[in-house]
Parts: sequence; C-alpha cells; structure tokens
Amino acid sequence: MHAKTLPLRMKRTGDSLVLDGVLVLLGLFLVAFIVLPLVMVALRSVYDRNDAFVGLANYIAFLDTPSLSQSIGNSVTIALVSTIITTLLAFAYAYAITRTAMPGKGVFKALAQIPILAPSLLPGISLVYLFGNQGPLRFLLMGESIYGPIGIVLGEVFYTFPHAVMILTVALSTADARLYEAAESLGAGPLRRFFTITVPGARYGLISAVFVVFTLVITDFGVPKVVGGQYNVLATDVYKQVVGQQNFGMGAVVGMVLLLPAVLAFAADWIGQRKQTALLSARSVPYVPSRRPWCDGAMFALCTLIAGLLAGILGTAAFASLIRYWPYDLTPTLAHYAFAEVDETGWRSYGNSLILAGLTAVIGTVTVFAGAYLVERGPASAGIKAAVRLLAILPLAVPGMVLGLAYIFFFNHPGNPMNALYGTMGILVLSTVVHFYTVSHLTAATALKQLDAEFESVSASLKVPVWRTFFRVTVPLCLLAILDIALYFFVNAMTTVSAVVFLYAPDTKPASVAVLNMDDAGEIAGAAAMAMMIVYTSAAVRLLHTGASHWLSQRTQTWRRR
Amino acid sequence: MTATPYLRLSNVVKSFGAFQALKDVSLDIERGEFVCFLGPSGCGKTTLLRIIAGLDPQTAGTVEIGGRDVSRLPPSARDYGIVFQSYALFPNLTVARNIAYGLKLKRKAEEERVRELLALIGLPDIGAKFPSQLSGGQQQRVALARALAPSPGLLLLDEPLSALDAQVRLHLRRQIRELHCRLGITTIMVTHDQEEALTMADRIVVMNHGEIVQTGTPGAIYRAPATPFIADFVGTMNFLKGSVDDSGRIRLGSVHLHSDQPLTPGADVTVCVRPEDVVIHRPGPVNTVDMRIEAMEFLGPFHRVRLAADGFGAQPLTADFSANLVRDHRLATGDRLPVTLPAEHLRVYPVA
Ligand SMILES: Nc1ncnc2c1ncn2[C@@H]1O[C@H](COP(=O)(O)OP(=O)(O)O)[C@@H](O)[C@H]1O
Ligand SMILES: [Mg+2]
Repeated sequence: MHAKTLPLRMKRTGDSLVLDGVLVLLGLFLVAFIVLPLVMVALRSVYDRNDAFVGLANYIAFLDTPSLSQSIGNSVTIALVSTIITTLLAFAYAYAITRTAMPGKGVFKALAQIPILAPSLLPGISLVYLFGNQGPLRFLLMGESIYGPIGIVLGEVFYTFPHAVMILTVALSTADARLYEAAESLGAGPLRRFFTITVPGARYGLISAVFVVFTLVITDFGVPKVVGGQYNVLATDVYKQVVGQQNFGMGAVVGMVLLLPAVLAFAADWIGQRKQTALLSARSVPYVPSRRPWCDGAMFALCTLIAGLLAGILGTAAFASLIRYWPYDLTPTLAHYAFAEVDETGWRSYGNSLILAGLTAVIGTVTVFAGAYLVERGPASAGIKAAVRLLAILPLAVPGMVLGLAYIFFFNHPGNPMNALYGTMGILVLSTVVHFYTVSHLTAATALKQLDAEFESVSASLKVPVWRTFFRVTVPLCLLAILDIALYFFVNAMTTVSAVVFLYAPDTKPASVAVLNMDDAGEIAGAAAMAMMIVYTSAAVRLLHTGASHWLSQRTQTWRRR
Repeated sequence: MTATPYLRLSNVVKSFGAFQALKDVSLDIERGEFVCFLGPSGCGKTTLLRIIAGLDPQTAGTVEIGGRDVSRLPPSARDYGIVFQSYALFPNLTVARNIAYGLKLKRKAEEERVRELLALIGLPDIGAKFPSQLSGGQQQRVALARALAPSPGLLLLDEPLSALDAQVRLHLRRQIRELHCRLGITTIMVTHDQEEALTMADRIVVMNHGEIVQTGTPGAIYRAPATPFIADFVGTMNFLKGSVDDSGRIRLGSVHLHSDQPLTPGADVTVCVRPEDVVIHRPGPVNTVDMRIEAMEFLGPFHRVRLAADGFGAQPLTADFSANLVRDHRLATGDRLPVTLPAEHLRVYPVA
C-alpha cells in the first residue's frame, strides 16, 4: 500500500472554497497595501528626483548633510529620554492601580487614557500655551525655550503615557500571590519583594513598554512639528523633504531609516510576548493587595499629580480655545470655533474626519474580524493561514509617516491601476485601516481563540452552513471585542496625523491635519479648538462604547460565565 | 461477518509531517453496534474518530459508511452526530436552540422534536436555560441530544465523560448505554478509561501507537488480552518473569507451573494472572505454591493482598481475596498459606 499513497484530498464544499478565496483575497489585500508600498519606498530611496537610479547616493547624501544626519542623534536622544521618563512614571502609576489599596483606582485608570483621545499635536499646543513666549509658566524653564528638546520630551511623555500604562497594568495584574506569601514567610522585606518578585514578574511588560514607547516617540510627528522649533528629528525631516522640498528620494531614505527602529522594536516585542504567556500557570492564586497606609497614601499623591498634569494639559487647550486671547484676555468666546475664518476648509475638515473615522471603523472592523476569523477558525490550509497571520502583524512595524510616504509612491505611480484612488477619501480610509490593522487583528484573534475549538466541527456535523454559525454564534460571542475594535479604529482615525498628512486632498482634509495647518499658520487658538473637537468626539464615542459594552454585558450575562 | 458492515475502514493512515499518528488501520463495525476505541492518551483515537467524521482528511485509506465510500466527502455529506470532550455547546443559545441547531423543520415540528429529545435525555424542563446554567453532566446530555436531533445513522463520542465527577460519570454510563439500546444507533465512543470501555461497549477496539492491537468483546479482551500491553492496560494484572523448561512447564525460580497454552521449551516468557484468579489452595497438586502474606489492603468488598514466596524468583504476587474469605480463614499479614495459580487462568507471552 505504500506504493500508492497519493495524498488524499477532501472534496471541498462550495462554502469552504468561498472562505478560502476570501482569505486569499485578504492576504493579497495586505500584500498590495502594505508590502508593495514598502517595496516602493525602498526602491524610491535608490532613485533621484529625475527617476534615475543612483544606488546608495541618497543615503550618502543623507549622511553628508549635517542637518539631516544630526536628526538621527536628535531622534534617538529624544526617544531615549522620553522612554525612560514615561516608563518610570507609567510603572509607578500602573503599580498603584494594580498593587496598592489606594482609593479611586478606577478613576485613575480612566484618567490615564486622556491622551489617547487627542491628536499628538495637542500636547504641543498646550505646552506652547503654558511655557511659550507668553506662557504663564515660562519661568519654570529657567531661561530655556519650550521650542526644542524640552518641549518635545514633555509632549511625548504625555502622548505615550497611556500606552505604557496599559501594557504595564496588564503585566502587573497577572501576579501570583503564592510567590509573595512564600517570600514573606522566608523573611523578605517589602523592598526586597518588590525587586525580586514584582519587577522580574513584570519584566516582559517592561521590555514591551520600553520598545513601544521608544517606537512611538521616534516615529511621532505631531509633537515635534508643533514644539520642535529648530530641533530637527527624523519624523519632521520626512515631512519637510517630501511636502516642503518635494525631494521624494531623500524622503524615502529618511523613511527607511525610520523603519529600522520600528522593525527592531517590533521584533523584540514579539519575542517578549511569546514568553510572557508562560509566566502564569493555571494554578496561580491572584494577588489581592492589602492596605499599607504609607505606601497607599504616597501612591495616591503621585497618581493625583500625574493625572492632574494630564488633565491640566488637556484643560489648557480646552480653556485656551474658549477664551479671547491667552493669557491676557480671558473673556469667554466661541470665536475660535469659527474655523472658516482661519482655515479655508473650515468645519468641513471636521466633517471629513467624522466620515473618515466612521468608514474606518466600519470597514476596518468588518475586514479585521472576518480576516481573523478565517485565520483562526477558517478551513484554509495551515500554510495560507500562517502567511496571512504574518501579513496581519506587519503593519505594526510600519510607522504612519512611512506608510503615508509609501502610499504616495505606490498610488501615484502612473502604472498603478488604483491611481484614481489618490486624493480621495478612499485612500485615507485605506491607509488608516492598514495603519491600525495589527492591534485590531490581535484583539479579534484573541477573542476568537477563546471560543470552543469545535464549534465549526459541530455545525459541519449538523450540516449547518459555516456562515450561519458565524452570524448566530461567533459574532454574538465576540461582540464585546468587535465593539472594542470599532472604537479603536474610530478614535485612531480621528486623531491620526502621520499617514494622512501625506495623502489628503483639499476637499478630504481631516480635522487633525486642519489642526496642523492652523498651527503652521500661527492660528494656535483655532488649532486648539479643532484639537478639542477631536477630543470631544473621541470622548463621546468612547462613552457611547462604554455604555454599549455595559448594556451588552448586562443583557448577555445570563449566558456568560456564572 | 455479514456482507457489508455499516462502517468499514480500510488501511487508514494519517501522518502529521513525518509523524504517523495512524498506521494502516482497518476495521469493520456492524449496524447497531456500540464500539469503544480504547487506548492510552496520544495513541490516535481522536484522530481516527475525526477521520470517520470527515473533520480531518486521512493521508491514505478509505472510509465507507453504509456501503458508500465517503473518503473524500466533507462532514456535511456524511451522516453522523458527534459529541466532543468539551461538549462545544453554543453558550449564547438556549438549550432548546442548541438542540434544534441542526434541525430543518417547521416551527411546530421542531418544538415537538426538541421536547422529545429533552425527554429522552431525562431533562424535560431545561429548554429555556443557557448552557452556563447547567451542571457538567446536564451539558453533556444536551450535547448528546443535539447530536441525536437530526436522527443520524452514526453517533460519535469523543471522551464524553472524562470531564465529569466520578458519581455523574457512573450515572451517565448507564444512561448512554440505555439510550443506545433504545435507539439502536451505531455508536463509536473514544475513551482512555478501560473500566468505561468494559462496562459500556459491545466491542472494544484497543489501540496503541496508532495501531489497532486487539478487537473483541469486553469479556474476551479482559480474559484473553492479546499482548502484555493490553493485559496491563485493561484491568489489574500480575506480571511474572520466567522461562519454559524441557517438559513444557513454566519455571519461576524454583517453582514450576502448568499452563493450558502450548509452549516452546527454552523460551523466556511473561506469565500473567489476574489478582482475582489467584485462589487459596485448590485440591489437586498442580500450580500450588506456599506463600507468605506481606501486606493487606482493605478495599471494601475484597482485600488486595501482596504475597511472596522464596522460590518464586523474588517476584511478588498480588491477589484479591474476598472479605468473606479473609474473615473465614482469619488471614493476617505474616501468615503462610498455600496459593494456587489455576492453569486455565494463566496467560503466557513470549518475551520479545
Ligand atoms: N494537528 C496535529 N498535528 C500534529 N500532531 C498531531 C495533531 N493532532 C494530533 N497529533 C498527534 O497525533 C497523536 C494522536 O493524537 P490523538 O488522536 O489526539 O490522541 P488520543 O488517542 O489521545 O485522542 C498524538 O501524538 C498527537 O500529538
Ligand atoms: Mg483524544
């Protein structure tokens, strides 16, 4: 019988062929809109303005131009300093939320999320108000200017804080009480327990936080754009080279350089996450913090201070947008919200952002969830699934600026049949969906993996078509995760600047870019007002999401775990 | 064997890369039979069940159900119901909706059928509940009802009882058995629990390392295990090392035993005897050894007794003596007594 062991193939049902087809299409979608554009950037970096192949000449020119090569040092310095400050603060904050018995933990957890609601331009604007030439707190800088490294670092700490807190909260909340009991019975003091159990236990979270913050900072464009002054960093260089000087070759070189830390961080984070899972065994006993008045009090004070600063920065922009002239004329006014006075797109850009965020949320959520479903539970072969899984995590390694740049090259290419997409709302939605694909995909995949592995087998045995089980069982069971994904897409589409800044056209300009334009034009109050419109909208949608999730879990708690 | 069995597996092979999970498995199952696939964890039972179900394709070989070659047909084109170890009940649907999931009937007929099935599993009042509101045993029965709802010709059960408490397990064994008798549906149950297989199956298929090592009725498997592995896996067994002497008797140290099996002189053998087959001296001179009670363990209806004899190759022997017997003979640790290993109960295997 060994002679004729031809591999046997199942006859495929129509359903499973369609599902495989959709998964392959999704794979092609990701190849077309993330891999190919990146290839274009790489190619572009070895061509000059006149489309002549120049090899590494652009890279050499980049290194030879002092102002450009200096940006590398600047970017790395800023990123390092911001990473250290953010990680330390976020660790303390997350520790307070997870490991102390201080009051108000839920509120503090919510307050830490404030920066996520705003575009990264907002902290820059507020810093200018507070510490700029007319800023009431300028004296605190003791003669230094806010325009430059100080401003950038402060802004980046604000911008990256919630991301670090989220990662570290997760890392610190998975503690095994038995370790602490054992250490205490062996006579280890609180400090010793902190450094021998708490910190090592959260080490993968710490590593992950460090890399995520570093990458966010080095690829962020909003903060340095507003308060960078003469201090050049890589992200602003890309913008200047491409938008300012139309030097695409050089822009591509900087883009490639920007890709590097992001890819490294991505790889390191991936390795760290693989190991994290093994830390907690099924027999672990959850840690319940006990009262420690001194520690609780101190942590409460620290959290109040940090949350106060976050709220203060947001509040500054909110306040400044509502008064006549900061800081001299405090008469309330809505004049700065009459955007048409200072920006030709006026309120239209806000409408554009709503459309962009709405479409991104709907299209992104449907695409991501369907894709994750097919990868995790579909009938495709393991090889195809692994390939799509890899493609789905790739966008995480691509900074928004690089993605935007890549799309210019890709869609602007005369040979590209999708050329018509250039300058439409379509390309903005597409770039935003791709930009925020990975985190959404992982959220969906995690939810899908928690479902019983045999649902599809059961329905096949009962001769029920796959799609019916998908809509009757899978989707309802994942509805909370689906809402989370939709919120994530919506809020990020509202606040993102980095990719869309290269891709908008006058009549598709989103609000975040309007903030940038107004700030550029010196209309800071208008910029603050528009930034606050984004914040109000994100906050409102977030509240809506909280309400919906709450309602849903109430409604479904009968069948959720007892 | 009749002309066409209900299920026929011919030379089924399943490879995962270089690893062969199933090596050339062939098996016939008659209509209405209750068959257990029994074997240690990882021996390929689930893999074989999933191949029968069409959930995973076999690498080679054929599967015929009801005389029809279904080897390349997807699950939906085969005719069976399946219950998984995890039950895989849909948590967001009520019990009634779960049971009705595979039904394609008008509303009235569907309700009627669901009622029928709930009565069948002895849980008439739980239709409106959600799975999370049920105990493990109840969930298991609902999964069974869901699998039976479309009246399939074949019922597949993958370790359906392994997640339950001992008490519930005993109860459900009986219930599943009764259900099988009532419906007469051909049933294949996978289990690694030999007791479960012995009590439930019409026929047991013992598997090891991706191969079928023996098939037979529970009694046959228990009485005449084909290999030492099966002897060890099913029930409790004494393993004694010895050799065959020139007169065809088995020599264990200085003791000689008769066996009913024909033996090759000079061969090294393993002698197996069940603890309950070891008896206190039986009239007749054969196979009786003077032994000493080393330890006794009270297990309720009987005592498990560890015996030793000097001329026995220093091998201990375990015997199960009924509580009555122990009382009547006033047996206690340290006692000496003549013990018989009846020739008809000895299983002798050549040492490989
Ligand atoms: N998808 C798979 N890939 C690789 N090996 C597998 C896969 N499924 C099962 N195996 C291996 O095949 C063997 C038999 O598995 P299984 O049929 O699940 O055993 P069991 O008898 O416990 O049900 C095991 O060694 C298992 O590790
Ligand atoms: Mg199994």
